[in-house]
Amino acid sequence: MEYVDFPKVGERMYRETLENGLHVFVFPKPGFQKSYAFFAANYGGMDVRFCLDGTWHDTPAGVAHYLEHKMFDTPEGNALQKLTANGASPNAFTSNAITGYYFECTQQFEENLKTLLSFVSVPYFTQESVDKEQGIIGQEIGMIEDDPDWKVFTNLMGALYAHHPIRISVAGSVESVSRITPKTLYDCHKAFYCPANMVLCVAGDVEPERVCQIAREVLPREPGTVAQKDYGPQEPEAACQSLREERMAVSCPIFQLGYKGDAPETGEAGLREQLLGELACEVLLGNSTPLYARLYREGLINRNFSYGYDSVPGCAFLAAGGESRDPEAVRDAVESEARRIEAEGVDPQLWEQVKKGVYGGRVRSLNSFENLCIGQAQNFFAGREFLRFPELFADIRKEDVEALIARWVTPARTALSVIRPKGEEKA
Amino acid sequence: MMEVVRRELLPGVWLRSVHTHKFKSSYLSMTFLVPLKQETAAANALIPSVLRRGTAVHPDLESLSAALDQLYGGAIEPVMRKKGESQCVGFLASFLDDAYTLEGEPILERAAALLGELLLKPYTQNGAFCPDYTAGERANLIDRIRAQVNDKRRYALSRLTQLMCREEAFGVDKLGDEASAAALTPRKLWRQYQQLLRTGALELYYCGSASPERVEGAFRAALEGLPQGEERVIPDCEVRLHAVPEPQIMEDRMDVTQGKLALGFRTGGITCWEEEYPALVLCNAIFGATPLSKLFLNVREKRSLCYYASSTLEKMKGLLLVSSGIEFDQYQQAKDEILAQLEAVRRGEIEDWELEGARRTLIGGHLSTLDDQSRLEEFWLGQAAAGLETGVEELAESFRAVTREQVAAAARKLELDTVYFLNGLEG
Repeated sequence: MEYVDFPKVGERMYRETLENGLHVFVFPKPGFQKSYAFFAANYGGMDVRFCLDGTWHDTPAGVAHYLEHKMFDTPEGNALQKLTANGASPNAFTSNAITGYYFECTQQFEENLKTLLSFVSVPYFTQESVDKEQGIIGQEIGMIEDDPDWKVFTNLMGALYAHHPIRISVAGSVESVSRITPKTLYDCHKAFYCPANMVLCVAGDVEPERVCQIAREVLPREPGTVAQKDYGPQEPEAACQSLREERMAVSCPIFQLGYKGDAPETGEAGLREQLLGELACEVLLGNSTPLYARLYREGLINRNFSYGYDSVPGCAFLAAGGESRDPEAVRDAVESEARRIEAEGVDPQLWEQVKKGVYGGRVRSLNSFENLCIGQAQNFFAGREFLRFPELFADIRKEDVEALIARWVTPARTALSVIRPKGEEKA
Repeated sequence: MMEVVRRELLPGVWLRSVHTHKFKSSYLSMTFLVPLKQETAAANALIPSVLRRGTAVHPDLESLSAALDQLYGGAIEPVMRKKGESQCVGFLASFLDDAYTLEGEPILERAAALLGELLLKPYTQNGAFCPDYTAGERANLIDRIRAQVNDKRRYALSRLTQLMCREEAFGVDKLGDEASAAALTPRKLWRQYQQLLRTGALELYYCGSASPERVEGAFRAALEGLPQGEERVIPDCEVRLHAVPEPQIMEDRMDVTQGKLALGFRTGGITCWEEEYPALVLCNAIFGATPLSKLFLNVREKRSLCYYASSTLEKMKGLLLVSSGIEFDQYQQAKDEILAQLEAVRRGEIEDWELEGARRTLIGGHLSTLDDQSRLEEFWLGQAAAGLETGVEELAESFRAVTREQVAAAARKLELDTVYFLNGLEG
């Protein structure tokens, strides 16, 4: 086991790759009451088509999320309850790119860790339990479809991308999940839940060596074969659709504005692009910009306005949104500001201050064990060293960010998703 | 490891200072506690947002944002909270801890000064708030009041308390109502602001690496100019011992795909000041507050009657509130089952694993508050509103001795007061 120090952010990370290919990362946190463990598979809602042992599988939308729900079933009962009964707060999530299982606890960490590693690595599905889950997931799908924030974002992905499976809802639809069988779940588990395709990140007042020892005891000895993923044909540069609208029971229009980027690079270049993307948002429409102040003054945006860069394998984008009485006006204003930056450049004082702001925000976010562990896992899967950002920060130049804005924030790459209030249809 | 000091800086102005090196950020808040009242709720809710728009020194959002960026992207957010029948009005702030600045420059004094400036030195025109800022934030507040309907889960709970406590201050929403908000002018708001400055009990909070002495110095300097002489009193909270004789049934209809059923109970006078409080907290945990609870396991998992079903306590007010998401036609079954589960607790039908699991979850959950700056601030503000000095560890300890019979006794004191059902549109 070796360790790396990241003095600028006050972190030390122990790391080890076990014989079965599992990557383990531990952040010792003396003085903290709670410990946090995050066990994740490099497998998410967008990995619906894959090749395992020479056979291509086309699985129903929502299967990764369904699998996540079903993993908690064990022959001895429900693992969620076992962890909870033992004082831990467990949960799990499925994103487009990854599935993560975690718990935090203030006592009996080792026992809880064993439970976590065991239920995630041992599949146990029966026809009866798979059928029963249809009802629960069906209700969950019903609930998120009532959620305008979820809807507006899903619609944005559908508008930006022509083929890439990021378009697919992570939860799937009532119809798609009805096609899931125990065999589908066993296939997907075999394809992606092998140690070589997973990471374990732990933060807390724990012994790094013990974490590895427990992982060795509980997990399979063989690394397994990782399935090959297929994200479909290459995405065109332009957004697939420039405007997508829907009506729901909301009080005021909500919107998401997206700018389609180039497919992200792997490794350090990818981390650098992440920083460039964040900084691009900050200088273009961030809280400190003249544009933000004007939109806010004119009542076109409010405090709910938020923005950011995001990427998964095969796609990267900038998105900004919130509530607005006139989302098109916001889109047009951002477009003009991008052209102004292209012509005149970013104000040097704004640049310096925004850089400091983004840096401080990133360091502060590491207070959260969750951010630390999930960030480490996600970046590791994408081939990046998460905590190296202070070093990269030093050599990012204003011109790099201006170039990214000029390339990405163009009318062709723009999509706008709007949820308008019901009952205001024009006659 | 963590030193907590509470000191009265001026009459009715208290500073709680938590000294620790655990975090990468420092966390500050300044909060006025005033009685929650229909007439003043909207004005009080609007004040921090208008203050956040500009000060005499930093007259607009751009200059404020620049000042925050200079402090490594610190965040200062206007917040309105409700603790019992106190409306808590002020600012929450988080800054990079001095230990992590790039050149070792101290941030605390500048951060506290900026916070004090926002609270005490607003940007004014003609001796009152600037009409532009007032109008803009008033519109935002109205949007927020209207937007409460978007999150149906929270909306149902807020409708429940509104209807159940319509004759009590607790029934007033922390944001006030739309009509009162719409009637606010810069002058009216200014008068309310002066009132707040003169008579609001003021709670100051700091958590970070600076010594309590240094923190006190920074806050004293920041509050220079706070009007003095009038009494500042933390508001009381009315506790009704019993429910209305016959439970009230209330229903709203709305275009939603899932119904929401919420039940409000009076706790028979058990509140955070009573000896039976730990037993009530445990009772709530066993009944509906954890994934191991009777509501979760039986109503949701076993009988699939709800997508979610959980309960919460209003510890000062003496309320226990149940919230659930159901199919429209399951109203009666879900309600019956929820009440049946409560009956089981009342009869003391609590398995060992339920009792011990809930106990462990509560102790763990409380102790982990010590690891989270925002939760810790929230905890201490709640204690300040309740006039309690009990710390997190002591409270966690109080759950150890609670017996099954004490839990059942607390459950027997619960009286159903109001049932609220958010139904779909007819037909």
